[in-house]
Amino acid sequence: MKWLLRNWTDVAYALWEHIAISVTALTIAFALSLLIGIAAARRPRLYGTVMTLSGFLYTIPTLAFLAILIPLVGLGRSNAIITMVAFSLMILIRSVAAGIREVPADAIDAARGMGMNAKQILWRIELPLALPLIVAGLRVSAVTVISVTVVAAYVNAGGLGTLIFNGIASDHPAKIWTGALTACALAISVDLLLAGLERRLQGRRIA
Amino acid sequence: MITLEHLRKNFGASAQAAVDGLSLTINAGEICVLIGPSGCGKTTTMRMINRMIEPDAGRIVVGGRDVMQIDAVELRRSIGYVIQQVGLFPHMTIGENVATVPKLLGWDTPRTAKRVDELLALVGMEPGQYRDRFPRELSGGQKQRVGVARALAADPPVMLMDEPFGAIDPITRTRLQDEFLRILRELGKTIVFVTHDIDEAIRMGSRIAILRAGKVVQYDTPERILAHPADSFVEAFVGGDRSLKRLALLTAGPYIEHGAPTAGAPHLPSGMALRDVLSVMLAAGADEAGIVGTHGDVLGRVTLDAIRNAANMAKS
Amino acid sequence: MLADAWIYLLAHPAQFSRALGVHVTLSASALVLAALISIPAGIAVARRSGLALALVNAANVARTLPSLAVLALVMPLLGTGFAPALFALTLIALPPIVTHTLAGMRGVDADAVDAAVGMGMTRAAVLWRIELPLALPVIFAGLRTAAVQVISGAVLAAFIGGGGLGDFITAGIAMMAVPQLLVGAIPVSLLALGTDVLFGALQRRITARGPRTA
Repeated sequence: MKWLLRNWTDVAYALWEHIAISVTALTIAFALSLLIGIAAARRPRLYGTVMTLSGFLYTIPTLAFLAILIPLVGLGRSNAIITMVAFSLMILIRSVAAGIREVPADAIDAARGMGMNAKQILWRIELPLALPLIVAGLRVSAVTVISVTVVAAYVNAGGLGTLIFNGIASDHPAKIWTGALTACALAISVDLLLAGLERRLQGRRIA
Repeated sequence: MITLEHLRKNFGASAQAAVDGLSLTINAGEICVLIGPSGCGKTTTMRMINRMIEPDAGRIVVGGRDVMQIDAVELRRSIGYVIQQVGLFPHMTIGENVATVPKLLGWDTPRTAKRVDELLALVGMEPGQYRDRFPRELSGGQKQRVGVARALAADPPVMLMDEPFGAIDPITRTRLQDEFLRILRELGKTIVFVTHDIDEAIRMGSRIAILRAGKVVQYDTPERILAHPADSFVEAFVGGDRSLKRLALLTAGPYIEHGAPTAGAPHLPSGMALRDVLSVMLAAGADEAGIVGTHGDVLGRVTLDAIRNAANMAKS
Repeated sequence: MLADAWIYLLAHPAQFSRALGVHVTLSASALVLAALISIPAGIAVARRSGLALALVNAANVARTLPSLAVLALVMPLLGTGFAPALFALTLIALPPIVTHTLAGMRGVDADAVDAAVGMGMTRAAVLWRIELPLALPVIFAGLRTAAVQVISGAVLAAFIGGGGLGDFITAGIAMMAVPQLLVGAIPVSLLALGTDVLFGALQRRITARGPRTA
């Protein structure tokens, strides 16, 4: 661990890069999934098509996806972010759509009957009640994105993976340990954080 | 106040329309009960008034305005809407639920807060205690009280109620019916009330519209429907015990005769329904009952003959 | 571009088929090993709430670990090559199979089990004839998830000398040779998709044929 103490700025930087890419990708994926998910929640056929397509994208192995993008967008962060968004779509769209579809029908009927228009129903009733499921989807996507970012270091996206790859290339176990364990710690903390949020939101769904 | 003219609605172009040329006029301050067997079109009719269902044909006029000429969303904000499952918003507090329509109408916060507390008190729920609770913490009866408070929030002249007490246990239901009858009469609201329970209809309704296959078969006061059912369908619908049901609508007071009751006759309050008086007399094997006033003073007696005459439809 | 990749493939048939072979062997072995460990463990623990909960929590934590991190952590301990990669991939495949086995077993209708015991079935008979058949669709879903994850992970095994189609990808990226890279990336994607479709079809047959819970 001497290595870590001497080089903690490098590690911190790698961690920062890692978080930055992950957050960017998640934000884009979330915004897209909200749009698509809300539309798909109301149209079963659209939902089916969207699920098949995004499921298809999700199944492709991480490194293969990154590699296939290289002739198209080259190396670097954009490559990584496109990959992460593609992988996150399936889970997030499904969470958004499922969350909205599970909103109690009588609450919606009452809201309509009281004179709320469609936009008001969406923002004041459906999305708040869908929130726990949406957060559950975010939780899984966040972990996926962190995992992809580790690999994406190989296509020059930066992040904690660079430590791992450097460590492997120069046979430097300390680097490998640091990179891998920090990535694991990041994944676990984010998962626990969002799990806590999910639990707190669950309370408000039951009537 | 509300006029329905030749309403038609057919879902999916089947042979039998859900609502088939239905016409009805409801006066201001009346409670009009729509009742009938399953599929008679009572809920569909009610839901056309606030355009939750759009009519295929016909006209609906509420407070002098043709509902089809008004924006549907705006229309609904001026009509109270209460459904069987209540539909409280689980993620909002009771106070926030009740404040929904005032907020939609842009009322300022102090006015809204005052109104919320007013209404919670009106429906018998202590504002300080319940305002910040959540729907899941309430019983079925309490939820429905909140539902009615929520519908009254913006003080709409008209209320639509679709089997509001249907999901509540019988004991609580009776209590709620009494309370809300009193509240709604006091407030002078015009109510359209859907139910499948004939006893509820008789208790709650100023006038009852009996529906069948999308049409009105009879539209009259409960008393007159019980005394003179329009046809065999209505007769069967109101039940074979309709003469007893009529007696439930009459109290002992007007039938008191002078004279002391025989010894051993049961003593009953003057406000008691004739039906219950009859029931007590039969159980006691008595031919008459003594009627007492509020201070225990004997006002007179009611005889079996008097009750029999009251029940006799041929004479009324 | 695709044409170039195809040409490259045709030029290196032996290399490709060996890489494909290693990849499939690695993936299949990891899946089988993980199943052999997880399914019995899940069955054994299913009825003991405390242990089951602990196992589920452990598996859920393990699931969040980035696959490459797991592979990388194995390297300083076990070195490079096929065996360490197999070890790491088996670890990666354990969580989904365990959680699905537990969910499947615990989801079996308690009334059905009660009736079976009441009719005089032995515990073993109840397990084999009632619980496992009813839990099978869920367990199989876990196997499907694990299979796809393992194939994806096996691509990364190239980094610790495990071989497989990942070798083409890493070499291709290192030398910026797109045809070589695609010879790794496209077939492995097809392999993953194909496996998912296959398992999906099998899953549908199992669910359709199996008894329906009351």
